[in-house]
Amino acid sequence: MTDIALNPAAASARPARRDIGLKRRYAAERRFKLYGIAAIAIGIFFLIALLFSVFSNGYTAFWQTEVNLAINLDPKIIDPDNKRATDPNVLLTANYPVLARNALAEKLGVAQTDKPGLRELGKLFSDGVRGQLRELVVANPNLIGTTQNVWVLTGADIDSAFKGQIDLSVDQSRRKVSDKQVEWMNKLKADGAMAQRFNTGLFTYGASSRPETSGLSVALIGSLYMMLIVLGLSLPIGVAASIYLEEYAKKNRLTDIIEVNINNLAAVPSIVFGLLGLAVFINFLHMPRSASLVGGLVLTLMTLPTIIIATRAALRAVPPSIRAAALGIGASKTQMVFHHVLPLAAPGILTGTIIGLAHALGETAPLLLIGMVAFVANNPVTPLDPSTALPVQIYMWANEAERAFVERTSGAIIVLLLFLAVMNITAILLRRRFERRW
Amino acid sequence: MSTSLVFVIVLAIGVIGYFLGRQRAVSKNDGSVKPHSLPHYHAWWVFLASALPAILFLVIWAGATNIYLERSAIAELPVRTADTVIASQSLELGMVSGIARGLGKLTADEVTNLPQTFAELRPLLSAKGVALAPDGQDYMIPIAVEWNKNTQRANYIGGIMALLLAVGGALYGLSGVHVRARARNNVERVILGALLAASTIAILTTVGIILSMLFQTLTFFQSVSPASFFFGTVWDPRFAAAGSGGSQGQFGLIPLLAGTLYIAFVAMLFAVPVGLFSAIYMAEYASRGVRSVVKPLLEVLAGIPTIVYGFFALVTVGPFLRDLSAALSGGYAFIQAQSVLTAGIVMGVMLIPFVSSLSDDIITAVPQSLRDGSLGLGSTRSETIRRVVLPAALPGIVGALLLTASRAIGETMIVVLAAGVAANLNINPFEAMTTITVKIVNQLTGDLEFNSPQTLVAFALGLTLFFITLGMNIFALYIVRKYREQYE
Repeated sequence: MTDIALNPAAASARPARRDIGLKRRYAAERRFKLYGIAAIAIGIFFLIALLFSVFSNGYTAFWQTEVNLAINLDPKIIDPDNKRATDPNVLLTANYPVLARNALAEKLGVAQTDKPGLRELGKLFSDGVRGQLRELVVANPNLIGTTQNVWVLTGADIDSAFKGQIDLSVDQSRRKVSDKQVEWMNKLKADGAMAQRFNTGLFTYGASSRPETSGLSVALIGSLYMMLIVLGLSLPIGVAASIYLEEYAKKNRLTDIIEVNINNLAAVPSIVFGLLGLAVFINFLHMPRSASLVGGLVLTLMTLPTIIIATRAALRAVPPSIRAAALGIGASKTQMVFHHVLPLAAPGILTGTIIGLAHALGETAPLLLIGMVAFVANNPVTPLDPSTALPVQIYMWANEAERAFVERTSGAIIVLLLFLAVMNITAILLRRRFERRW
Repeated sequence: MSTSLVFVIVLAIGVIGYFLGRQRAVSKNDGSVKPHSLPHYHAWWVFLASALPAILFLVIWAGATNIYLERSAIAELPVRTADTVIASQSLELGMVSGIARGLGKLTADEVTNLPQTFAELRPLLSAKGVALAPDGQDYMIPIAVEWNKNTQRANYIGGIMALLLAVGGALYGLSGVHVRARARNNVERVILGALLAASTIAILTTVGIILSMLFQTLTFFQSVSPASFFFGTVWDPRFAAAGSGGSQGQFGLIPLLAGTLYIAFVAMLFAVPVGLFSAIYMAEYASRGVRSVVKPLLEVLAGIPTIVYGFFALVTVGPFLRDLSAALSGGYAFIQAQSVLTAGIVMGVMLIPFVSSLSDDIITAVPQSLRDGSLGLGSTRSETIRRVVLPAALPGIVGALLLTASRAIGETMIVVLAAGVAANLNINPFEAMTTITVKIVNQLTGDLEFNSPQTLVAFALGLTLFFITLGMNIFALYIVRKYREQYE
């Protein structure tokens, strides 16, 4: 007890403690740490905001509203003059949408004399029904005269309304769907004749001006071709270049120039590669515009530095003792590299290649310049045919004004991100599985 | 004789040579002398000796044939006068080769009664899947026929010579097979040559970039003076409509350069503090567990394609900022949906992982002894970081920031979608400005001719962009290299 009583006196006897601002300094320390946490929070917030924005806009794109119609393939409308046996054009140019409209009118009890009602009814389903019924009839002309149950795409506006994306509380003059159409829509929904079905069209249709019939198939095929070309060219060339630089190159001026070049190419803006492709491949070598071959070549040049840098790191990670052992038992230098070093470096090379490919898959700017922004409705057969690419399709849809295209764009982005995620996760798993510590 | 057929035959000869060479090498080895190379090296050498020269010859021959065909077609084209319908000689050539390609698909019967006018020929060819421009001329048909004959003849001669080369090479290779022949060294020399060739592609790409853009830029400067390009303050390229005559646009670089630098500046203003502080926190404070979660999350930002960022800016950030400004000012949206701010912020988000991962590496590379010394003298961790670690890491961080800035300047898709296309010169970050990359895309998408300044200006812009980013990269590498080993 006395100790405590004595303490103040003892403290006052000591020289006054120098003020080193500990309180202030600890406050600064806490602030500093807080800045760091805030910075990380900002980064992660934007990541979540971005993904949320894309997924909340886009997940509905994988379902499309369709309406089930019992369509009577009336020969009087398809072939009024009964010439289909002699003239093949009759079946191609017949007025199929009227068939769908009549089926719908019958279902909803709209009289054939009610012209404005019929016109509004016609907007309920997509004009894509023309192609759908044409394919059906041309494939099997015997169907004419029968009644077929067909799921028909609804128009983009009806689709949006059905998904609840259009505010139905505003006056009907200020929205694209009329009250009457909403009434029909609800009636069909109650009957189970209108429903959301998985949107296979998103993957099977080509370019179209109508959102509901535009899809990614051309872009997917184009991107696939380009990835194959990039893989087929940049992997062997990149590996060969890396082997030369890591294992053979003498320290001389040529080697220096090559190294500086590779490092610079890795940082050149991607759009410059597009200019190169336009000037050299299209203007000078007369390759076709919009072709995935040219896109693949441009992306190859762009991906090469990435692959070379990754491969060199993988080769460098193979310990010198392996090389010494191979040479020691009499292998030539080339045998040492190809029989021993390269197989050991293969997982690292593969990882780098996949990451390079993922990078190439998401690249847009150079492809715009070589004319891949094209309206391509038919699937390309060879890499020389006009096509688009997945990111370019996203760019083209992003420039469309309609609400339904925003949904499609986000859907396409989800597809692209899924591909990238799969590739990157594969790369990470490969690294985990095969990584060796020497 | 088509080139691809010749190619296959050459390969077949090579493969036959491979097996013959192998057999010969095995049979020559009677066990009395130790062979120098394994049989398969002899086999590969025979294959290379037969196939490689022949294939190289085929490639060169194809290129030479093309030049020859164009030369002889140009010689036959009528002299260009003021009233020549087709705009340029290269267009004429393109049409002739198109017709020639179509004629090659016709049956023998159709070729004998070939229509003499283009108007009759066009539907015939489009039925074969060869679509031709409607303004083809009748005089092109005989030239196209001649073109096809020349092509055939050249292919024939080239094919025969390639086959002779292949057979000759195979015989040469086979004759060289004996027990002490150094086949392995020969094969390895070819491999080394191939490796060297692959690594020079990097140089070729750089040379290709510079040359291709330089030539187009020089053509551009023939119609627009360099001074008015580099120092002009008005960008108004005025797409020359057909028949508008000498209406020249103005191609001032300044507004584009200003927009590019302004947007990059805003992006860096956002990305540098966020990226740098995340890097510091992760390198100095975060536990292993936090680090292993946060670092990959931030790196996901780097893996997202820039088109996705552009779309994010277009549909989410831009409208959000516009509505926010409207709410703040009570009705009037003083931030436009497409503005410097929108593009800058979104680009900044894209750059966060670059800044943070590059700085993270550099901060971790600062030796631990420096930190221990500072902490031992009684400074707090933040003081250690600010006064010791950051100064030590500064050169590296400056290099990293320069690399990041060059990426911001060359970025395309975000600004195409978020910055707008109006080439304004202003200092208000809430309004739209445009960048060099946006204008390159604008000038080169859609139908274009290759000789108008409206198109060629894109190459001048590209060359400018290339040299700006190249300068920044080289400077960054120089700084990093010069100061890298200061503390080791």
